[in-house]
Amino acid sequence: MTEMFRDKIDISLTVNGEPVEARVPAGQHLVDFLRGELGLTGAHASCEHGVCGACTLKVDGKAVRGCLMLAAQADGADVWTVEGLSDLGAIKDLQDVFVERNALQCGFCTPGMLVAINELLEAGGMPSRDQIREHLSGNYCRCTGYEAIVDAVESVARVRAHKGAA
Amino acid sequence: MTIQFGNPDRPNSYIGKTVPRPNARRLVQGRGVYVDDIVLPRMVHVAFVRSPFAHAKINSIDAEDAKAVKGVLRVFTGQDIAEVCKPWVAVLAHLKGLKSPPEHAIAVDRACWVGEPVAAVVATSRAAAEDGAALVDVDYEQLDVVTDMMTALDPETPVLHPEMGDNLAFRRLHEQGDVDETFRTAHKVVSARFVTGRHTGVTLEPRSILVDWNPAEEQMTAWHATQAPHMIQTVLATHLDLPESRVRVICEDVGGSYGIKVHVYPDEMATAAIAKIMKRPVKFIADRLESFSSDIHARDHQIEAKIAVGEDGRILAMDVDDWTAIGPYSVYPRTSAIEGNQVVNLCGGPYDFQNYRARTTVVFQNKTPTCQYRAVGHPIAVAITEGLVDMAAAEIGMDPVEIRRRNMFRDDAYPVTSPANMRFEGLSHHASMDKLLELMDYDGLRAEQAELRKKGIYRGIGIASFIELTNPSPFMYGIGGARISAQDGCTVRMDPDGSIVALSGVTEQGQGTEAMLSQVVAEGLGVSPARVRVITGDTQVTPYGGGTWASRGAGIGGEAALQAARALRDSILEVAASMLQADQAQLDIRDGAVVDSTSGEARMPLEELGRIVYFRGDTLPKGLPRELVQTRHFITSEYPFAFTNGVQASYLEVDTETGIVKLLKHWCVEDCGRVINPLLVDEQIRGGIVQGLGGALFEEIHYDAEGQLLNGSMADYLVPMAAEMPDMIIGHVETPTGESLLGAKGAGEAGTAGSPAAVMNAINDALRPMGAQVTEMPFTPERIVRALGTLND
Repeated sequence: MTEMFRDKIDISLTVNGEPVEARVPAGQHLVDFLRGELGLTGAHASCEHGVCGACTLKVDGKAVRGCLMLAAQADGADVWTVEGLSDLGAIKDLQDVFVERNALQCGFCTPGMLVAINELLEAGGMPSRDQIREHLSGNYCRCTGYEAIVDAVESVARVRAHKGAA
Repeated sequence: MTIQFGNPDRPNSYIGKTVPRPNARRLVQGRGVYVDDIVLPRMVHVAFVRSPFAHAKINSIDAEDAKAVKGVLRVFTGQDIAEVCKPWVAVLAHLKGLKSPPEHAIAVDRACWVGEPVAAVVATSRAAAEDGAALVDVDYEQLDVVTDMMTALDPETPVLHPEMGDNLAFRRLHEQGDVDETFRTAHKVVSARFVTGRHTGVTLEPRSILVDWNPAEEQMTAWHATQAPHMIQTVLATHLDLPESRVRVICEDVGGSYGIKVHVYPDEMATAAIAKIMKRPVKFIADRLESFSSDIHARDHQIEAKIAVGEDGRILAMDVDDWTAIGPYSVYPRTSAIEGNQVVNLCGGPYDFQNYRARTTVVFQNKTPTCQYRAVGHPIAVAITEGLVDMAAAEIGMDPVEIRRRNMFRDDAYPVTSPANMRFEGLSHHASMDKLLELMDYDGLRAEQAELRKKGIYRGIGIASFIELTNPSPFMYGIGGARISAQDGCTVRMDPDGSIVALSGVTEQGQGTEAMLSQVVAEGLGVSPARVRVITGDTQVTPYGGGTWASRGAGIGGEAALQAARALRDSILEVAASMLQADQAQLDIRDGAVVDSTSGEARMPLEELGRIVYFRGDTLPKGLPRELVQTRHFITSEYPFAFTNGVQASYLEVDTETGIVKLLKHWCVEDCGRVINPLLVDEQIRGGIVQGLGGALFEEIHYDAEGQLLNGSMADYLVPMAAEMPDMIIGHVETPTGESLLGAKGAGEAGTAGSPAAVMNAINDALRPMGAQVTEMPFTPERIVRALGTLND
């Protein structure tokens, strides 16, 4: 390969708050890099064309599709997966309510769902049920029927809004 | 010993209560272990070359370019795999006349559907395997295709498997009473043509298998996303010529199944064969595009049906002619004739009438094979029955609820045998309907509907009663010769610290099996559910059983667990009585301690009993049995199936300009017998409803006339998303089965069984003022505006 098109790219980024340096294939997707190279298997690959949301990650503060972003594009980025957010305790209230409300069944969509919901909750305020459903319209769940998830998000948002007000 | 389930103050009352799922905490932290998360030393990846044609002869395969790709290790053809993997034939003896040709793991000389594997490329990474697969050069010779089910048996249609003589896979006619005479003399006859769209399951986790063959130990281990690990163990052993004891199937977390993962797939068998040949671990994870063309499809039916009713609304007769096409092969080992067979068994299910005729015709075609998917045949049978009942009600000017009330089996009529020869032990159609009407405020909604109609807003209310077949006995598969277990087992043991381990043959795919088992064992034994660790999904460890399908987990697996727990309780109390010099009948276990059963006074914690049995056995009488482990297996014996029942209602609004349906609310009352964990049952029902709503409004696999799959991606095949789904109210009536102490029947499929019919009836209720009617699912905006006559081209 020439310098014009290198098939391996050196990247340096932080993942879940820890520095990572790697040489990645130019075509490797971020979710495959995290899963295959770093063993962070929480984010899942399902549709691999940006529709289902199972691979949703937090990159530089935003929820992004890990299957649509190349690992090479994450050079310099701040990446968080469900494992890191769990270790931080950043979404513990949400996870607790998910368990209590049974807002998951097989759990395959759940990590991506949680990262997407985290983005909505971090925006603050008290979203309506319709707004919650709308925000989740990029995250497939084939098991639950969504109502439990909407209930869980609504209750966490209410508690957080109450805390914010107090 | 009988547990007084009705008494909420009984000791150890965990059955009937919502307790958390022990595996949920792991899953929300991203600590699940799905097959693709497992990495083994020397592991390689396989990608399949799949036929781009619906029917083609394979003249030759040139793999030279593929082998040159960096990382590619080997390329396998169908012939290579056939040398280690015997083909299979998916027929069942009790489905008389069912035929299917031998099917290979990889097509040997002819491909019969778009997506059939024709070669396998093994490489050090999935990416390299895919690069190699793209370079395999297959010389195909296209053959004539069979795609239209309704002309598959015409003389001019080519015969897909010439050795079979024709394209008929299976035909069954069931007739009872004098159907023709009843139709001739009936007050009203209503007929309709129904179509149900071709669906697939779209499990979020694609089909996945990782197989390791260790020649040093002559041991095959398969980590597999499956619902039936013991069945897969048997199949791998049979077709790869291994002793069954040398095959171990492990399923850790499984990311959605819905029946999709209960079948034997050619590419998964090929993966196991490759592992055996290469003597190393081989991983196959389907990508989404190959999921659409290689996961089983279902529900592709066309039906002509009619109903005869009297002036009083009594159903006099039903006549159903069901057609379905199953692709080129019946799917192993459950067969693809079951869905049509279920339509014959289930039509008319809730109703007490005498004259019934139903025929199913199952034909071969060049499309992805179809087989059992959640609520097999149920949504089709319920749509036919409930669609006709509503049409008959409209024809004689009767309320849809009233016509059902006049025909449903009385709640005190059981046991009864239906016109389809199904035996019902005990159902609760009237009590369920009462509860539904109360929950939904039927009269209030009808008033609201009438008011809004005056303003040009068209809302509809749809009701659908249904029966659901659960807890199957060997009459489903075993009597037909399939090695699919209808019994299931559970081993419960107590460890020295008093903790309990339960090993069960039923599996967890997210339904909450582990939570259910922990509750049952906890109550049966006398400890808290948190003290019970449940192990499922490992054929080397758990008792042989059927796994989780046909809503058998609670009814079969739960009962085995309860009986094993009760037996272990007796063993513990026998030891305790000896230690305490007490009468065993005067002892009980409550909250993890041996107590006096009358006073409740604590006598000894289980930890102390465990310490003595395991470490100071010398202090116990010599002959005292000291097995703190018991295994029980359970199978139903009185009824072939534990039928459940329920009723659903849909309230929706049709935009008559655009044809878009907005779901406003949905209700379901169902009777699954004993409810073990109310929250989990409700969520099974909700999830099931939404899968049925998908079938009603969005989901349809499209093919062109050449058998090309047209919408094989998640962007094209629509499934329900959060924004379109309504809130759902769930209610229960409990009629426990007398077949077991637990009394549990299944609940996994009731939602899917009834919701498409409820939506269809609601749409037609909304459209009735315009004289329009839809019966072809999914009810897309286009089909609705065509029915309204505003789109004609």
